[in-house]
Amino acid sequence: MASDILPAVPSESRPGRFGIYGGRYVPETLMAALLELEHEYDLAKADPAFQAELSDLLTNYAGRPTPLYFCKRLTEQLGGAKIYLKREDLLHTGAHKINNALGQGLLAKRMGKKRIIAETGAGQHGVATATVCALLGLECVVYMGDVDMERQELNVLRMRLLGAEVRGVSSGSKTLKDAISEAMRDWVTNVRTTYYLLGSALGAHPYPTMVRDFHRCISIEMKRQILEKEGRLPSAVIACVGGGSNAIGAFYEFIPDRQVRLIGVEAGGRGPALGDHAARFRGGAPGVLQGTFSYVLQDDNGQIALTHSVSAGLDYASIGPEHAALHDSGRAEYVVQDDAAALDAVVRLSRTEGILPAIESAHAVAEALSLAPTLPAHEILVVNLSGRGDKDMGILARELKL
Amino acid sequence: MTIRFDRKPGLVVYLTAGDPSLEGTRAIALAAIDAGADVIELGVPFSDPLADGPVIQRASERALARATHLADVLQLAREIRAERPAAGLVIFSYLNPILRYGLHKFADDAAGAGVDGVLATDMIVEEAGEYLAELARVGLAPIFLAAPTSPDERIEAIATHSKGFVYAISRTGITGTQQTLTGDAAALVARIRRWTTLPVAVGFGISNAEHVAQVAEFADAAVIGSAIVELVERSTAETAPGAVARFIKGLHLPQAALAR
Ligand SMILES: Cc1ncc(COP(=O)(O)O)c(C=O)c1O
Repeated sequence: MASDILPAVPSESRPGRFGIYGGRYVPETLMAALLELEHEYDLAKADPAFQAELSDLLTNYAGRPTPLYFCKRLTEQLGGAKIYLKREDLLHTGAHKINNALGQGLLAKRMGKKRIIAETGAGQHGVATATVCALLGLECVVYMGDVDMERQELNVLRMRLLGAEVRGVSSGSKTLKDAISEAMRDWVTNVRTTYYLLGSALGAHPYPTMVRDFHRCISIEMKRQILEKEGRLPSAVIACVGGGSNAIGAFYEFIPDRQVRLIGVEAGGRGPALGDHAARFRGGAPGVLQGTFSYVLQDDNGQIALTHSVSAGLDYASIGPEHAALHDSGRAEYVVQDDAAALDAVVRLSRTEGILPAIESAHAVAEALSLAPTLPAHEILVVNLSGRGDKDMGILARELKL
Repeated sequence: MTIRFDRKPGLVVYLTAGDPSLEGTRAIALAAIDAGADVIELGVPFSDPLADGPVIQRASERALARATHLADVLQLAREIRAERPAAGLVIFSYLNPILRYGLHKFADDAAGAGVDGVLATDMIVEEAGEYLAELARVGLAPIFLAAPTSPDERIEAIATHSKGFVYAISRTGITGTQQTLTGDAAALVARIRRWTTLPVAVGFGISNAEHVAQVAEFADAAVIGSAIVELVERSTAETAPGAVARFIKGLHLPQAALAR
């Protein structure tokens, strides 16, 4: 009956809503696929065999659990709160993205889909998807903006080596947003045979929930590890926020622990003017982009703004809807670190701890560098180090004149 | 000023507003109406048209480069309405420009401009509670898209909540021209008719007289978008209205029962 589909209740209580955010704003052609995905995901989630297979791959293939590492030298230098790093950079393929790619890859296989498409910004999600497709014997097409293909060339080569086809996107800003639009166009066209393996906690329901679930392992491990090492919860968990997948994974288990500050770090880029950054909570307003209702950087006419960040993975005009809700409720704080601070943090962490972070992750490190000295020594900061920086050597060589 | 198809098949023409210019779109729309279009869909250019193929993407870019926005499109609708009181007028937009304009104000201003209906590409029935209420408040017709992939319960909801006409998407995919029509469209139209007596218009990829004749066998109207937008792209501002009128005449539509 039609009345079953149309809500009599306020939209907040509908599935896929986080407060007023989230939902499903897509071309009708995709709705059947989204409903099927939601249903299949519910079945998979409740299926012990699916969970066992995923868990086995996360452990034996991807390398979970990842260490929680205490930065002794950095902490001493800063002379304040203790800094721990959750080492997602040590995972197979070099970033947290593999958690979600494995989960969705197994789901796609279970659903009988043989063709996988994905978008990628920094290339880490593209590499993770290409890797999982190689592992599971699936066809893989990755959309990537021309600007990102240029600045993350190493990952383009990795994807190709892994057998994926990388399709450059030359529309709009030629970055992540445009890659997502092009992937959605492919999906609308090939929806009957193709699985869209979305790489962040973005898009239409059920993606934001599903992607978060696949990254929850980060905060589950983090909580256990910090309790083992320190016997108490951290003062704050800090993560960079592009679409928001590593951050929501790192925050999720701590949401009920009100004493733990949750700090998301957005890209301040080269300045506060619209177009020069990707700080959605500073310059954005609620709106709909690519399937979901969330904060969006846009102009007065509702046209989506251009963004800039030295890190391709944070260079996006919207943010996952669950972060929008955490922002409005005040449960999480969102701060900004700019290009220069992130590059400084790359150098600092490399030279103090011998750990080269992805430039995305370095935004979270930069926040810890500025916060730690303001806090007493008994406080604990856990930084989610979402990825490693090898992919960024071209940018770093140029920016740092190595 | 209602959406009405007085002969079969009727014709819906999509134009990206502001391409080549607002004045240009106005002239093309008037020429299209005079040549036989029953309904004009005025496309609001959007920075991220993810349901559109290259032709409409390029048209949107050109229109945005001239800073064409929703307020301008509503003004354009007002002008077309003043010149052609009987034509059907639909605003075709992605949701974000409408949300930013404000749903309430948009409904008021669109109705005030003489618009008949609204089609928001990325608005599905489930999310449409407030949207439907606002359009109903001012008497605007909500037009929803039905897709070949939509299961029956969705088709029912789409048919029940649409007014004016139901838009049947001829195939899975984005907008753009195609060589042949798939069998998807006829089956979809038959399913839609189980739940509504509204006219059903078939769109996406309809590009020539042959397609229109095929659509006439099972639907009430054909929607032509990319083929005309591409024609506008290939024409100059001066020649576009005439070219579009000739194109429409070449579709060999039956004579209208009532002159518009
Ligand atoms: C290492 C790394 N961290 C963070 C991100 C940002 O994505 P998200 O906010 O979904 O974690 C990316 C995206 O490419 C990334 O590669």
